[in-house]
Amino acid sequence: MISFEKRKQQAQKRWDELKATDIPVIYFGAATCGQSAGAMKVIEAVKQILKENKLQAKIVKVGCIGPCYMEPLMDIQMPGHPRISYANVTPDSARRIIESYFIKGNPLPEMAVGHFGENGHEVTDGIPRFFETPMLKPQVRLVLRNCGFIDPENIDHYLANEGYVGLSEALKKTPEEVIAIVAEAGLRGRGGAGFPTHKKWEICRSVKADQKYMICNVSEGDPGAFMNRALIEGDPHCVLEGLIIASYAIGASHGYIYINSDYLLAIARLKKAAEDMRQCGLLGKNILGSGFDFELTIKEGAGAFVCGEETALIGSVEGRRGMPRSRPPFPAVEGLFGKPTIINNVETLGTLPNILRNGAAWYKQYGVKGNYGTKTFSLVGSVRRGGLIEVPLGTKLRQIIFDIGGGSWKPFKAVQTGGPSGGCLSDEYLDIPVEYESMQAAGSIMGSGGMIVMDEDTCVVDLALYFLNFTQKESCGKCSPCRVGTWHMVTILEKIAKGDSEAEDLTKLQTLAETAARASLCGLGQSAPNPVLTTLRHFRNEYLAHVQDKHCQAAVCRDLVEYVIDPEKCNGCQRCLDICPTQAISGARSELHRIDELRCIKCKACYEVCRYDPLAGNAISIKSKRRVS
Amino acid sequence: MKEKEYSDIFSGFKGAQTDLIPILVRIQDKAGYISEQSVRQVSGFLKMSENQIYGVASFYPKFRFTRPGRKSIKVCMGTACHVRGGLFLSEAVGWKLGIAIGQTTEDMRFDFQRAGCLGCCTLAPVVKINEDVHSRMSVTRLKEILEKDD
Repeated sequence: MISFEKRKQQAQKRWDELKATDIPVIYFGAATCGQSAGAMKVIEAVKQILKENKLQAKIVKVGCIGPCYMEPLMDIQMPGHPRISYANVTPDSARRIIESYFIKGNPLPEMAVGHFGENGHEVTDGIPRFFETPMLKPQVRLVLRNCGFIDPENIDHYLANEGYVGLSEALKKTPEEVIAIVAEAGLRGRGGAGFPTHKKWEICRSVKADQKYMICNVSEGDPGAFMNRALIEGDPHCVLEGLIIASYAIGASHGYIYINSDYLLAIARLKKAAEDMRQCGLLGKNILGSGFDFELTIKEGAGAFVCGEETALIGSVEGRRGMPRSRPPFPAVEGLFGKPTIINNVETLGTLPNILRNGAAWYKQYGVKGNYGTKTFSLVGSVRRGGLIEVPLGTKLRQIIFDIGGGSWKPFKAVQTGGPSGGCLSDEYLDIPVEYESMQAAGSIMGSGGMIVMDEDTCVVDLALYFLNFTQKESCGKCSPCRVGTWHMVTILEKIAKGDSEAEDLTKLQTLAETAARASLCGLGQSAPNPVLTTLRHFRNEYLAHVQDKHCQAAVCRDLVEYVIDPEKCNGCQRCLDICPTQAISGARSELHRIDELRCIKCKACYEVCRYDPLAGNAISIKSKRRVS
Repeated sequence: MKEKEYSDIFSGFKGAQTDLIPILVRIQDKAGYISEQSVRQVSGFLKMSENQIYGVASFYPKFRFTRPGRKSIKVCMGTACHVRGGLFLSEAVGWKLGIAIGQTTEDMRFDFQRAGCLGCCTLAPVVKINEDVHSRMSVTRLKEILEKDD
């Protein structure tokens, strides 16, 4: 085996060749978001286009660069020119771009979203710099620094971008020194709770045991969050490097990656990365000649929200039902197979190489006191520019939602952070900084990074019901406050949404939520009432409208809305008659149609067809009824 | 599934309890569901009782115990999809095919499931049919897809 230094030089050479190549390079965002948007079809089409025109180009599949709403993204790097990015590429537009740029030398600036400014070029035909565009400019990409730039399946690319420098730095130090650096950097768990990472490690380090374990938690059960998946898909090595650093610090010789078995692409990339690491002497016996041995197991889980809880996760790794147990003993003392175990979040581990490579002082220039560094979020929902973002802690919610996300189409109403365990914040809270403490004070949590923006088309009662339905299904059933409490909260919320509730229901709901939060065994039950508590606190008026006036402002709760045909607009096209599953609509061609309210199941099909069909008149609207009791 | 297919799957494992979930994942990938026969086979290999295996398998929403249809429809129920109208899609499947979540049509053409989150939230609402993700779906488009012959 050649030495690591030699291997790195090789990698650097190959990377430089790719950057200064004489043949064009075409990059595709081919993470889950890109593939779902159709990137694979575009790649096939591009290969065909190149063949037809007898053009030469190298195709590189990269991870998610962030603005998922632009997927599929195609970047073209011509020799001597910067890489130029094109958004929402289809096979047809790819043909136009390639034929124009490759043959006529015109990069079609009107179709480009940005260039990356390498190869010494500043301005290219009026195309802005990619990282100067509104969505990217306020971001600081530390953990995501490689995502979208390197081929995640090629270890050379990672090595050429200061890969495994952090690990070799760590291995030159004692484990205690590594812990001290992480303590100095003030790194806090990125899974959501924000517990200082070094404290957890110190406990585990001080326990004497013949075997210790390190687990990387990629269960990511929060619906609406994909940061961890995207990071692994885009840069698996940074997570694995962090995993080894952490294992070295706590003295674990065996690490597990607990990953949802639905994350096929992420699993494949981790396996490929692990194989390459072994060949470079980064996995196995005597890593980089330091005498430290480390083995890795990629464990596929079956996806349950409760498995984000440490003791439940351990149960699942051991092949049992993923049910939490009471603590202490904490996993750091007695965890996997009864041995001391540390469980860290993907992003926490992904941050470690940066800290070890650049030092604690460098890391502390980002963020604010007590909340150093950056945090990734999946910014989704009713927001113009959705995607994967990374900002320094202390950034205001307003900056994230409006400057980066571009705001919502309709007036902004609320933002849910932390998923089902988090809270729903109203516009009054837009100016609070995103820090662990301030989010908690507002009744929400930082969470692992799901950030769902809602506009006035979202009903908060419906939202609370959605989350409680989720946690009720995901409750493992071990303790009654969670098992029964969530069920009762769902029942009350359903009553409210149906318009069958009375004033005292709100008090009942509040008491029930507070009790479940206090009495539940694990984090799932303790935080499950958060969506109810925060919506009750910040949107009480909407609850009151449902309870007293039987009125749903957002026209979402279906028992409180009606479908209305505007006689002025209806052109009698009969499109809605065809689509209605219950034959609730009647009317002759070219005459006004009617909806039979008794038959209508409010499935929204006629509304959609009337709104989007070019021949229809956009005449159907959903309105909330006002039945004052 | 045939004996041989089981032994192929088992050959990648040592036979400890920790292997249970990955084995079940592979069986489901291959057969589409966990059958009684599968549980018996796993029980023999892992030296665990069938009850224990059912106990673990039924805990995780991923595992299903009925045969899937030729086309598996998974409606994403993640938060972003919910906010953008995922519930209506899920109901549309129900009224179009006459089946509830977890069921398969009588002619074995379709089965219907809900997915936790498919991880492409900016394309919400999404529906996954077999391996294809259909993004920014509407009730009408979903209906068209379901009406198309396979």
